[in-house]
Amino acid sequence: MSKLTSMTDAIAHYVPDGSSIAIGLALEPLIPFAAGHEIMHQQRRNLTLIGPISDILFDQLIGAGCVEKVKAAWVGNVSEGLAHCYRRAVEQSIPRAIVTEEHSNFSIGLALLAASLGVPYIPTRSLLGSDLPRQNPTFRQQLSPLDGSPLLLVPAVQPDVTIIHVQRSDVDGNAHLWGSLGVSEAAMLAARDVILVAEEIVSREVILSDPNRVLGPSFKVRAVVHEPWGAHPSAVSGYYNRDHRYYHEYHTRTRTTEGFQQWLDEWVLNMPDRNAYVAKLGEKRLISLGVKEHRFAAPVDYGY
Amino acid sequence: MDYTPRELMVVCASRQIRDGEHVFVGMRLPLIAFALAKRTHAPTCVGLFEAGIVRDVPSKELLYTMGDAPNIAGSLWTTSTLKVMGLLAAGEAHLGFIGGAEVDRYGNLNTSIIGDWKHPSVRLPGSGGAADIASFSQRLAIIMQHDRHRLRERVDFVTSPGYGFPGEEGPAGIAWRERVGLPRGGPTALITTLGLFTFDPENGEAMLQSYHPGTTIEEVQEGTGWKLRLAENCQETLPPSAEELKVIRQHDPEGVWTR
Repeated sequence: MSKLTSMTDAIAHYVPDGSSIAIGLALEPLIPFAAGHEIMHQQRRNLTLIGPISDILFDQLIGAGCVEKVKAAWVGNVSEGLAHCYRRAVEQSIPRAIVTEEHSNFSIGLALLAASLGVPYIPTRSLLGSDLPRQNPTFRQQLSPLDGSPLLLVPAVQPDVTIIHVQRSDVDGNAHLWGSLGVSEAAMLAARDVILVAEEIVSREVILSDPNRVLGPSFKVRAVVHEPWGAHPSAVSGYYNRDHRYYHEYHTRTRTTEGFQQWLDEWVLNMPDRNAYVAKLGEKRLISLGVKEHRFAAPVDYGY
Repeated sequence: MDYTPRELMVVCASRQIRDGEHVFVGMRLPLIAFALAKRTHAPTCVGLFEAGIVRDVPSKELLYTMGDAPNIAGSLWTTSTLKVMGLLAAGEAHLGFIGGAEVDRYGNLNTSIIGDWKHPSVRLPGSGGAADIASFSQRLAIIMQHDRHRLRERVDFVTSPGYGFPGEEGPAGIAWRERVGLPRGGPTALITTLGLFTFDPENGEAMLQSYHPGTTIEEVQEGTGWKLRLAENCQETLPPSAEELKVIRQHDPEGVWTR
């Protein structure tokens, strides 16, 4: 049965108030900004955000007042530096106080992996001697029962919903994703529900022609949303490049609460839908971000 | 020859890379240091990127982030963060690079908060992969701006462990890392806008190895929050060669990261 749905319906059904959401899992590329903006549109509240290095989407959701808790390795603006809304929330409780559970990229990956494997924790030697285990009360330190060496136990983190932007999917949620994956695979397999946002909807035959390029089984997927340019301003290999200028403008404009509110009205709240957002970017900008030179992989042969 | 402080930092970072090494490349300046090393003295080194990328040819275009499409195209392996971080955890990275907001004399680094973590005066972005790179790399190089409020006797929060602290249980240094359970490593270079520090692994202390042309030991001391210890052969930093500057400027022609 087709899982194809609108972004409005996907967020309304699968991201209720109080949900824990894993989003922005490939680090800098493939960030589901369109999904994040719909969450802001629908004024979701008390969300928990889960992610590795998160580029500005976490900052936007925090500034829009959607977030209660952050379990992440890094919240900022990768090409510009600090995240202004995150700072205001932590330092001054604007627009509201948030709770943080500090992670590293490896520890959040291990937390999702543990959930994906159905085990309560995964041990590591990372972060021993740092202050992260003191800040994040979910970590435990224990001696290995096998050799007595010190270990950090990273407990499983199961997202209510994982939102992943992919290059192409069929209507059932069989999807191809390529490029650096970050923690996308673990987050998809760990989640209770998965929303896929696709640049292109293709036939089942296209996806099944290369099953090694599929991130996870479609039975985890609840909704498929077709949203071209849905990851802008982040990059999607084979479709468009990162819009560095957008991150710079965001950084400059959101230094004050008022500046962020103006940005939010202009780019999110006053946008009737994603088509209007893409139209606002303008054809010239879209062309400048587009692929300049295609680099197709050699086909593989699944013959027998 | 004219060059910027950042260009000199890139050169110092590049010189940390030995030919044939697996280098865990961080963001910004180390991206260019990796490209520079590849094109000069370390043509066979391999770069590991925590987004899930391994490559042995620098990206054709300047990178704003490690996940930019030009860093994916033509890579040796494009995979997940857990796989690349797993290699790091298992000891495969000879050298790792990280930056920071604050560092102390034992190479402990803070990128999390300024002030008390329950009521921070400044919320910084956090670890990213830095704490993992500091935990697991065989050698660690730290790159940062040199200011008195950044090079502090004690940092407010240890995001990325260096050589710890001396205490009742023993000294800082390699012994501290063993005590807390870190499997290897520790900082071997702290590259700043004023100089280059190396570390004494026995007690974990930073030692001024060289001061950059145009500065003096006194000036470095002025900008450092602890009493400097000088390395035995402390001298002026060797400036960038014409070849090194040429490669940096080819790679970053508009000076996005290096001016």
